[in-house]
Amino acid sequence: MTPTVTPAPGHDTHAAHGHGPAPEPTVFGLLAEFETADGMSEAARKVQAAGYTRYDCFSPYPVADAADAMNFPKSEMGAVMFTGGLTGACTGFFMQYYLNAYGYALNVGGRPYLSWPSFIPITFEMMVLTAALTGLFGLMALCGLPRYHHPLFNSKAFDRATRDRFFLCIEAIDPKYDAAATRAFLNDLHPVQVEEVPE
Amino acid sequence: MATAELNNAHRGGLPPEPEMHPLVLNKHGLVSIGDAIGGVVLNTKHPRGWWLGFLAGLAMLQVLAISVAWLFYMGVGIWGINVPVAWGFAIVNFVWWIGIGHAGTLISAVLLLMHQKWRTSINRFSEAMTIFAVMCAGIFPLLHMGRPWFAYWLYPFPNVAGVWPQFRSPLTWDVFAVTTYFTVSLVFWYIGLIPDLAALRDQARTKWQRLLYGVLALGWRGSAIHWRRYEKVYLILGGISTPLVLSVHTVVSFDFAVSIVPLWHATIFPPFFVAGAIYSGFAMVVAIALPVRRWYKLEDFFTDHHMDIMGKVMLATGFLVTYGYFSEAWMAWYGHTLYEWGTTMERMFGPYGWSYWALIITNCVFPLTFLWSKKIRTSFFWMEMICISVLIGMWFERYVIVITLAREYIPAQWGKYAPTNWDYATMIGSMGLFLTLFFLFLRYLPMISITEMRELLPRKQGGGGGHSIMENAP
Repeated sequence: MTPTVTPAPGHDTHAAHGHGPAPEPTVFGLLAEFETADGMSEAARKVQAAGYTRYDCFSPYPVADAADAMNFPKSEMGAVMFTGGLTGACTGFFMQYYLNAYGYALNVGGRPYLSWPSFIPITFEMMVLTAALTGLFGLMALCGLPRYHHPLFNSKAFDRATRDRFFLCIEAIDPKYDAAATRAFLNDLHPVQVEEVPE
Repeated sequence: MATAELNNAHRGGLPPEPEMHPLVLNKHGLVSIGDAIGGVVLNTKHPRGWWLGFLAGLAMLQVLAISVAWLFYMGVGIWGINVPVAWGFAIVNFVWWIGIGHAGTLISAVLLLMHQKWRTSINRFSEAMTIFAVMCAGIFPLLHMGRPWFAYWLYPFPNVAGVWPQFRSPLTWDVFAVTTYFTVSLVFWYIGLIPDLAALRDQARTKWQRLLYGVLALGWRGSAIHWRRYEKVYLILGGISTPLVLSVHTVVSFDFAVSIVPLWHATIFPPFFVAGAIYSGFAMVVAIALPVRRWYKLEDFFTDHHMDIMGKVMLATGFLVTYGYFSEAWMAWYGHTLYEWGTTMERMFGPYGWSYWALIITNCVFPLTFLWSKKIRTSFFWMEMICISVLIGMWFERYVIVITLAREYIPAQWGKYAPTNWDYATMIGSMGLFLTLFFLFLRYLPMISITEMRELLPRKQGGGGGHSIMENAP
């Protein structure tokens, strides 16, 4: 396919005319569509090598190669959930100890107030509960979810990102972004098509 | 390049994976998987079977509404409970339902950690079953309280009386265990659903579908970075749900085992309860999956191979449970304890002896005779019969345990227990609640994970050629 080079207005503040009657739509980025997961991962490797920093890959199922290519080898979620679980376990244990020894001192069969073995089940449950909830909310916070709309949803082709196509998007805010050069660069990566996505 | 080589290209230094039974039959592609599974939800027309199941469930749900309304008006006296059998059907049904629920977590979490890829076509379905079964379980202790509007007293909360729960009691552990179990199952289920909801949003045919699934999908767009975080969360959730599911039924068994009632005070209770939970849960999954896959023509995803494996798991857990029954009788005899042995005799040959033998026949003799044959494990009729038999048998197991209270230590404290019609009505009503919720789930959410099935698809068909969470979650 021959690339049709159109200048992308708006990525550069100097080019935008804020005072016109109909302000020109700004651009979110350039979206390249690939047929296979390998095509996308290969493209991601080249985009990374070319020095782009603000770009992302999109696929209907997880593609480990793409994340590796983007130099995101390890997720933070393990540490997040560990911290959450540890906090919950400590809270659970000391809540029981404080409440049954001081808050409302209960003498059950002459056992010591700090009868820790009987506090273990609830400590464990609290750990699992908080770890799971930190996992859910941590995932949402780090991924910037929930959001109902995203500029990428402006692209009709992008509907297939949850279906059978693989995408790579270089965002206009990338310091290396240049409408014409970036488009030409993406066209060299054997995409099905390259599309400019409005903001 | 050969398929096996292609499939193993991403496995790095790991040895190549042996050729397995195909888990997706026929020549499916990424699009056809989405259409086959997502189409069930997005099409407005539904098979007659769905209406049959849903309306039957809804009718039974009305029975629950009536019996609960009458219960709130009259009090728990409408049930057959009394001293010495003060728990009655409420605890029988509670343990039965929560046990059924455990299969969902087992399938989604334990089998995930054990790299059992066949779990992928049944995990969503069984997780939904978990959530609805735990809901059904939860209503029984609440109703049994007599004054359920004070249910929050079970939790530690600051109050003017300065009273706090007794944390050394298994009943308090149970409150935390079941609450945590429900919440974590819901989180696990929802996180698994997010990419599928996004797929439905993008396939939606009407504006309302787009809006509904768009809101529920939270704006998921399948970013590689998001996927990497997502996989990690999913894997850890699998890791913590595994001990969780074991802990929950262990704590449920502590409700009995920590007491000093003969035959309850036994160390075998926790593993025995967990095995029974898996047994009945698998039976419920198969019992529902068989007709549903036929109605919706999903045989390509839930194959005969799946039925075969599930039948084998039931065979194994069935023997574990049978060993439990044997061990109870053996320990009572070998232990030379008057009360243990006397209670065993009462259990087998006393006034409620029929329920013990009903349990042995429906739970051990019938299923464990027939599950050996592959022909039977893959036969619709026989598997339905066996699963229903196991569900009845596992209900009787809890009944036999609870009814032990009628004949324990001294004859002066012996008593009788007979459930009333309201007991039966509440039990049938809880099944109505389960069926109603389940059929609504089939209608509005994808019953098989679209994303995971796509990932499982061989690479030459456009899929991921495996289940990456099981293989290399970072």
